[in-house]
Amino acid sequence: MKTILRPALTLLLALTVITGVIYPLIITGVAQVAFPVQANGSLIMRDGRLIGSRLIGQPFSAPRYFWSRPSASSPQPYNGLDSGGSNLGPLNPALIAEVKARIAALRAADPGNDAPIPVDLVTASGSGLDPDISLAAAYYQADRIARARGLSVAQVRALIAAHARGGELGVLGDPRVNVLELNLALDAMK
Amino acid sequence: MTAQSWGLLALFLAVTLLAVKPLGLYLARVMEGEPIAGLGAGARLEALIYRLCGIDPAAQMGWKRYALALLVCNALGALLLYALQRLQYWLPLNPQHLAGPAPDSAFNTAVSFSTNTNWQSYLPETTMSYLTQMAGLAVQNFLSAATGIVVAIALIRGLARHSARTIGNFWVDLTRVTLYVLLPIAAVLALVLVSQGVIQNFSAYRRATLLQPVTDQQPALNSAGKPLTNAAGEPLMQTVTTRTQTLPMGPVASQEAIKELGTNGGGFFNANSAHPFENPTALTNLLEMLAIALIPAALTYAFGYMVGDTRQGWAVLAAMVIMFVGLYAVCNHSEQRGNPQLAALGVNQTPSSEQSGGNMEGKEVRFGIAGSTLFATVATVTSTGAVDSMHDSYMPLGGMVPLFDMMLGEVVFGGVGSGLYSMLIFAIIGVFIAGLMIGRTPEYLGKKIEAFEMKMSAIAILVMPFIVLTGTAVAVSVAAGRAGTANPGAHGFSEILYAFTSAGNNNGSAFAGISADTTFYNTSLAIVMWLGRFWPIVAVLAIAGSLAAKRRIPVSAGTMPTHGPTFVVLLIGTVLLVGALTFVPALALGPIVEHLMLWSH
Repeated sequence: MKTILRPALTLLLALTVITGVIYPLIITGVAQVAFPVQANGSLIMRDGRLIGSRLIGQPFSAPRYFWSRPSASSPQPYNGLDSGGSNLGPLNPALIAEVKARIAALRAADPGNDAPIPVDLVTASGSGLDPDISLAAAYYQADRIARARGLSVAQVRALIAAHARGGELGVLGDPRVNVLELNLALDAMK
Repeated sequence: MTAQSWGLLALFLAVTLLAVKPLGLYLARVMEGEPIAGLGAGARLEALIYRLCGIDPAAQMGWKRYALALLVCNALGALLLYALQRLQYWLPLNPQHLAGPAPDSAFNTAVSFSTNTNWQSYLPETTMSYLTQMAGLAVQNFLSAATGIVVAIALIRGLARHSARTIGNFWVDLTRVTLYVLLPIAAVLALVLVSQGVIQNFSAYRRATLLQPVTDQQPALNSAGKPLTNAAGEPLMQTVTTRTQTLPMGPVASQEAIKELGTNGGGFFNANSAHPFENPTALTNLLEMLAIALIPAALTYAFGYMVGDTRQGWAVLAAMVIMFVGLYAVCNHSEQRGNPQLAALGVNQTPSSEQSGGNMEGKEVRFGIAGSTLFATVATVTSTGAVDSMHDSYMPLGGMVPLFDMMLGEVVFGGVGSGLYSMLIFAIIGVFIAGLMIGRTPEYLGKKIEAFEMKMSAIAILVMPFIVLTGTAVAVSVAAGRAGTANPGAHGFSEILYAFTSAGNNNGSAFAGISADTTFYNTSLAIVMWLGRFWPIVAVLAIAGSLAAKRRIPVSAGTMPTHGPTFVVLLIGTVLLVGALTFVPALALGPIVEHLMLWSH
């Protein structure tokens, strides 16, 4: 047994040092030199203050901003310490009740807009931190934003189109816009 | 299915298949002990390790000694990981000053990561220090992956060698796979992931000021953190305004790379590969799927090469790919079709040039239906269990696919190593059944399949359904098991069935609504994970030892070929009949009944 225990223990420790200490330290070193912005979270600064990450969504409820997707994190939406989805099954009455409430809130903020609501705008994301909404969800909100900001609908739609992404290599990535970047662009228009 | 869904599948399969031959050849060279060109530093490091550890690299082991070395090494690894978690508060690289997890949770995690399962009953962001993540969890990501690969290689040697008493040297195999295969590929992948936005740092968590403060109703908590209730027992709500957002940090990319490459799947964050810091773009999503499938697919070529007939490997791979396409198509179709209950509310789920449509609950916009369902299929036909969307919120049949993938025994690509050795066991059972039908002694690759091999094959295949179904039956029978479900009715049963299927197959994904951080689930799932991993491994090594000792029978006119379309069909049939029929009654009680309820409304 000793002829097994000694190599087992020493090999375990040796591989722990190599794969658990040296490997992540080298990757961190190279990443910090080669890709410092990405390695540190793609952070966005404004007036010297950290106002978020390009990759992490934020909640919005004011009519003058594009709204992000619903978030299932708790206790507040888009809590960076509680990533995850709602895990509600498709038949769960709680899911249907939540979707109804979200539809009501969207309709109340934009009376007269009877267009069918894009599905991503009324369903919670997998991470609770989804930074994007679909292009359809952005265009759906264009009228409300234009009214709240005194802009023309065409201006808002042009802004959305300028921020649209998706379809890399023809099959990668769905049509989408980054909500935080879009809202910062809105704020910068005045 | 949309054109994009087919296109993504085609791109994924094309890259995977192109890599099979070169990577398979490389794997075979590494495992046959040949020097590796361009990695001279690795050879010096390798020699140093053997000297430090008192290992004689030339010594060969019989199957019993090989199995003992493997079990001792993995048990010690689990103990070390347990200790690291419990002591993390006093150790460095813990800028958030996180206390260690409770004993039952730490025990579950230690077993989970050393068995290549990566079931997670903890919330990583608020539980694990950077040191525990990188020197504990990520190390087991490497070692459990290497363990799976060396067992597959030992079985291949059993088929390739003849009249031999040994199947290799466990220490050398483990070291060489780690140094020459897993480390270099993981390092390259990690840096590519960083370039796309996956974080890699040791900073404390950052605090950002929200563009717009948000006011909402939250449950009021007492000083102990428990929700307050009013006289009627309803939770008391208070109005809270949130002005900041905490951004978690950490050495994510280095861990993310080996998490996928080693078919491990344990997320640095709770949302796993749905988290934008783990999987920021559609491109990283594709790369992570490829990383999962590459080694399991390439091992089939290494197998064919090492037994001296590459057609044998292609036949196994063909069976895998055919089943894979079918499983993905069902999952994708079901999710793209959407939820009829939301359609009734006037929600637009139709795919167009402006949205992916479909059932988006629990999915990320950047992945859409195609990227989510392909990832779900890839991660559950293999033993990865990473998720980029929440399976619990899938449509009944869409969610049944990941469950069914695991119930097949994870032989479609499968876990690194474990997929190939499980598939070869099915091949042995397949030729045995065919042999019975035509009245000949069954043989595979020139080796006679006799009573001992069949006994061990039966053990290797039947352990998993036994522990999965027993575990599920116990859990639905006791209050502690039923208390964990988050959804009512048939879906709650599916959550329990999914948990035990995931544990028994060392997958690690979940219908994540289930509250598994309880003594009952932490303990029972840990036992199921340990048995589901090492019981079949010992049986497979026993078969390897027995086959290695046999003489090779020359091919004759009566030999059933195991490289043509007939054999591929036989193999698929064996997997579906033996592997899956066992679970049909359980599936009928869960997702199938739920599907009928949903569409009969």
